[in-house]
Amino acid sequence: MDFQIAISGMVGLYIFMLAAFAGWVIIGRVPAILHTPLMSGSNFVHGIVVVGGIYALLNASTTQQQVIGFAAVLLGAGNAAGGYAVTDRMLAMFKTSVVPLKHPARGHRASVKVVHAKKD
Amino acid sequence: MLTLLPQLGIGVADFAAALLFLYGLHRMASPVTAPSGIYLAGIGMAVAVLASFLYAFLVEAAARPYLPTNLALAIIALGIGAGIAWWAGRTVAMTAMPQMVAIYNGLGGGAAAAIAAVELFGVPMQSTAVLGMTLLGAMIGAVSLSGSLIAWAKLDGVIKQPVRIKGQQVVNGVLLLIVIALGVGVVVGLGAGVGASTGSGTHAVDNIMSRSNLIDLFFLSALALGILMTLPIGGADMPVVISIFNAFTGLAVGIEGYVLQNPALMIAGMVVGAAGMLLTLLMAKAMNRSVSNVVFSNFGAQAKHKQGKIQGSLKPVQAGDAGIAMRYAASVIIVPGYGLAVSQGQGKLYEFVKLLQAGGVSVKFAVHPVAGRMPGQMDVLLAEAGVPYDMIFQLEDINDEFVNTDIALVIGANDVVNPAARTDKNSAIFGMPILNADRAKHVYVIKRGEGKGYAGIVNGLFYGDNCSMVYGDAQAVLIKMIEAVRGLGLPAVA
Repeated sequence: MDFQIAISGMVGLYIFMLAAFAGWVIIGRVPAILHTPLMSGSNFVHGIVVVGGIYALLNASTTQQQVIGFAAVLLGAGNAAGGYAVTDRMLAMFKTSVVPLKHPARGHRASVKVVHAKKD
Repeated sequence: MLTLLPQLGIGVADFAAALLFLYGLHRMASPVTAPSGIYLAGIGMAVAVLASFLYAFLVEAAARPYLPTNLALAIIALGIGAGIAWWAGRTVAMTAMPQMVAIYNGLGGGAAAAIAAVELFGVPMQSTAVLGMTLLGAMIGAVSLSGSLIAWAKLDGVIKQPVRIKGQQVVNGVLLLIVIALGVGVVVGLGAGVGASTGSGTHAVDNIMSRSNLIDLFFLSALALGILMTLPIGGADMPVVISIFNAFTGLAVGIEGYVLQNPALMIAGMVVGAAGMLLTLLMAKAMNRSVSNVVFSNFGAQAKHKQGKIQGSLKPVQAGDAGIAMRYAASVIIVPGYGLAVSQGQGKLYEFVKLLQAGGVSVKFAVHPVAGRMPGQMDVLLAEAGVPYDMIFQLEDINDEFVNTDIALVIGANDVVNPAARTDKNSAIFGMPILNADRAKHVYVIKRGEGKGYAGIVNGLFYGDNCSMVYGDAQAVLIKMIEAVRGLGLPAVA
């Protein structure tokens, strides 16, 4: 028994096609007001490349490969961590004035929680 | 048997990551759910990264003696890379966000290229298709790395002027051909290595041009291509460029995912590739340019259009008078531009807006899609200042309201409110979607001086009968306006 996946030939193309379509549809629905967080958010998502970097580094068998693999993990980790940090920071700033309290954000979040509680 | 569980663990973790990425991005469709969206994607990333250490159980025989060292190296690299980037991301000013995104994007492209390099320098690959894909990913990743760094330098003001050489496009084209030729050389096995016993005649050639030299050259020329591609593009076009490189990095990651047989990388990379392409097209549309026009031409060269005659004169007024006029208006729409961000006046602007609102004035913000240095940046800057997002309206939602609005306040914006885009067929910006600020009953424009906008076009709006100019730094002007309104001593309306 083997859990190793073999993606060969056309199967790769099908995965690419479906993923590209999903990305296009999902992103197309995001309002313009969120385009900057969206760009840094999608930037964060391709930080998954760090996983490939770890794979490459662990399988390195020469000093040259170790050095390049180290760079791959370093850069990939920077991409992922930085992308998350800025996206999270930006999104936390978006507040609404729906509940005009002194702290609109806190008031709004509280009201959302109440709605959920009622649903339960 | 020992390989079974790690394989299963990695498979499940990567599947979960791919699902969480898609669902997380899906939740970014509304400001209410977006914070939870990025949080979910973050969990997916953490799970995938932790699970990737299970690869330690699956390493190839050749690498097994190095495993302890490699594991230590991986943990150190993760710690340093994530630590520095996290700190930078937490401390960077919101106005510097476009540069920051450019850097992070370059890092991702560099990582994809580095993975490709490890694979290329490793055991010769069996399949020509896989080798070709590796090289394609390597090229795109390397271009994205060096190009993003140039984009950062331009946005950060390190490189101030677009650098243009004669025949730039020819040079870039030739360089692209060289990169492809080198790649083909690697594939067909030119300089297959000194060890290849192909006779004494070719032996000398092999020595000069070994396979690893060929790969080095390939990467160097790809990096050079990224630099030369980006250098001639002007600073104001950088949002489109960052978006393109974002898509490039996504593509490179997806392709390397195929090489490594990792579906999570393939899906995440391709989703970002498509998203980047879509954003690029949206941006280009909002700037009234085609993507190829941004990448392959220079705006300055074509701005020799005849200008329609402009009637009227500039009418400067004092900041205080403008502020008081707005306090007595019923409705005000504010059009913020990059000039506001440059003077860091967002906080003062919202203070002024709250003052107006306390007096019963209806205030809305109208944001043009390309206000700022990347799409949506102005929305982020306003949000940072505390402006609730339900006061911020996009072009298509608010443009019809200007007609019934007492006062439009334009702050540090120029081309995006230039009526020539609607009326003057000879204008370089004709056809660009603009905010109809000129249709408001009265317009106040806060501007540092009489200079032109990025497009170098005179703005007829400023000369209109219904327009007054307030000269000065946006923040300084807003402070004067606040003082003037406070000085009235009017009671707040409940």
